[in-house]
Amino acid sequence: MLNYTTKRALIAILTLLAASLVVFAMLEIVPGDPARLMLGMNATEDAVHNLQEQMGLNQPLAIRYFSWLGGLLTGDLGRSYTYSVPVFDLIMERVAVSLPLAAISLALSTLIALPVGIFAASKRGKFSDTLAMGVTQVGVAIPNFWFALLLVYLFAVTLRLVPAGGFPGWGAGFGVSLKSLILPSIALALPQAAILARVTRSALLEVLGEDYIRTARAKGLSKRQVLYRHALRNALIPVLTILGLQFGFLLAGTIIIENVFYLPGLGRLVFQAITQRDLIVVEGVVMLLIATLILVNLLVDLSYAIVDPRLRGRS
Amino acid sequence: MNIGKALANRSFCVGLIVTSLIALVALLSFVWAPYPVGAFDIAGKLKPPSAAHWLGTDHFGRDILSMIMVGSRNSIAVASVSVAIGAGIGVPLGLWGAATGGFVDEVLMRLNDLVFAFPALLSAVMITTVFGPGAINAIIAIGIFNIPVFARVARAAALSLWSREFVIAAGAIGKSPALITRDHILPNLASLLIVQATIQFSLGILAEAGLSYVGLGSQPPMPSWGRMLFEAQTMIGLAPHMALFPGLAIVITVLGLNLLGDGLHDVLDPRFQ
Repeated sequence: MLNYTTKRALIAILTLLAASLVVFAMLEIVPGDPARLMLGMNATEDAVHNLQEQMGLNQPLAIRYFSWLGGLLTGDLGRSYTYSVPVFDLIMERVAVSLPLAAISLALSTLIALPVGIFAASKRGKFSDTLAMGVTQVGVAIPNFWFALLLVYLFAVTLRLVPAGGFPGWGAGFGVSLKSLILPSIALALPQAAILARVTRSALLEVLGEDYIRTARAKGLSKRQVLYRHALRNALIPVLTILGLQFGFLLAGTIIIENVFYLPGLGRLVFQAITQRDLIVVEGVVMLLIATLILVNLLVDLSYAIVDPRLRGRS
Repeated sequence: MNIGKALANRSFCVGLIVTSLIALVALLSFVWAPYPVGAFDIAGKLKPPSAAHWLGTDHFGRDILSMIMVGSRNSIAVASVSVAIGAGIGVPLGLWGAATGGFVDEVLMRLNDLVFAFPALLSAVMITTVFGPGAINAIIAIGIFNIPVFARVARAAALSLWSREFVIAAGAIGKSPALITRDHILPNLASLLIVQATIQFSLGILAEAGLSYVGLGSQPPMPSWGRMLFEAQTMIGLAPHMALFPGLAIVITVLGLNLLGDGLHDVLDPRFQ
């Protein structure tokens, strides 16, 4: 177990390091001088020079990379040029919107998908299975931002049950804040739930065809007992894999959905930073998202070993 | 491929019909659309569907049906080129890794993990920051994301083929790994890769729509489904039809491709024959 854990963790750290090189290189291949690019064409020589100094652009490449990397490790992501505040503070403020949104959506999609997938697998070939699979097939094809627009039209514009967009801030009250996250979470969760339900069903069906399931049935266990005691646990690995992958799509989805609902999260931050050419903010947010993604996939890898004891011995 | 079996597969038939129709509409848009997409008609703006404008008009009075028809070209072009990039680079890498094994394989797979850590949207964000928005950059971002997908599929399937008797036999008579890959591995992977290409194509359509929606995809005046939805957003209370139809176009296209992919999977997979 320890061996397996160490190897996965090492790979994750190496991937993260390599990703930091890629993100750092991005700033380097910007055509022209980053300081001039950020300040625009009309900037004075002095202003450009000052920003170069502040960004450390007159130091050698390797030194710049390592001081940036060191900054990442200590939580110092530099200062935002447009907001004049540390990028770390800016990100923390926005994470307070994006993280709850992603977490609620993930929980919602899992809570919907697992029962639907299990139900469909237990009714294989029957009408209810066909119906469930038809609905999920359509669900997979729906872009979440379009679904979001339909939800806004129905629940915000027509029925006026929830706000169409905006976020009051957690300081304005837990209830109203949560209310403005309802539609965004549903818009994110349902298309993901469709994928997850399909994977759960096919993973279960695969397991239900195994010899030990027949043995379990032959020794007199009921279909229900076999499903919950033997099949479900063994079908968890593909489901976990997809959950890990989905987290990446969910993060990406959050970026788009925040723009539909005007939520002040990381997604809005990154798009505003692009239009304002605030490269340091873009770098910081992209690095944070990648680190999260790598961490989640590491956790998924490690959870395989908990679900499947055979993996623990492997290095 | 068994034609009779293909025709008996409902997913395959429905998927093939839907995708063919969409391809035909895209081709038709080169020679004919109800209205020119650049034609503004402010007096006739935001009109709901009517006999003159089957799907209504947008906030500039442009015909939505015409824009969806012309926009389909954009979606298809971006998705197909990015699949070509992904398959063109990913498949050879996957085959190389499987054929060589050891260190090369390990390095290739770790590089794959690295690219996988950048979802298409994040790559697009980075590429746009550096080079500015546009259809070409959307293609590159989605294409890069497709590379590890194809590399993984090709490698996994090729690895299992390398332990089969006919491949070992080809090695025993002195064929080089490169020739074995070309003559024995690749032909046996073809059906799997076609299915994967169909899936990535439909994901590409969705990704392109998402990128255009947030302004990172193709730029005006070229119509695109994603940007039509973005423009519809501010008009949602006044003209819901503006949001409805481009979205339906995306759903129908992606659904058709997914059904085709499922159908092809069943029809081409030797285990089901």
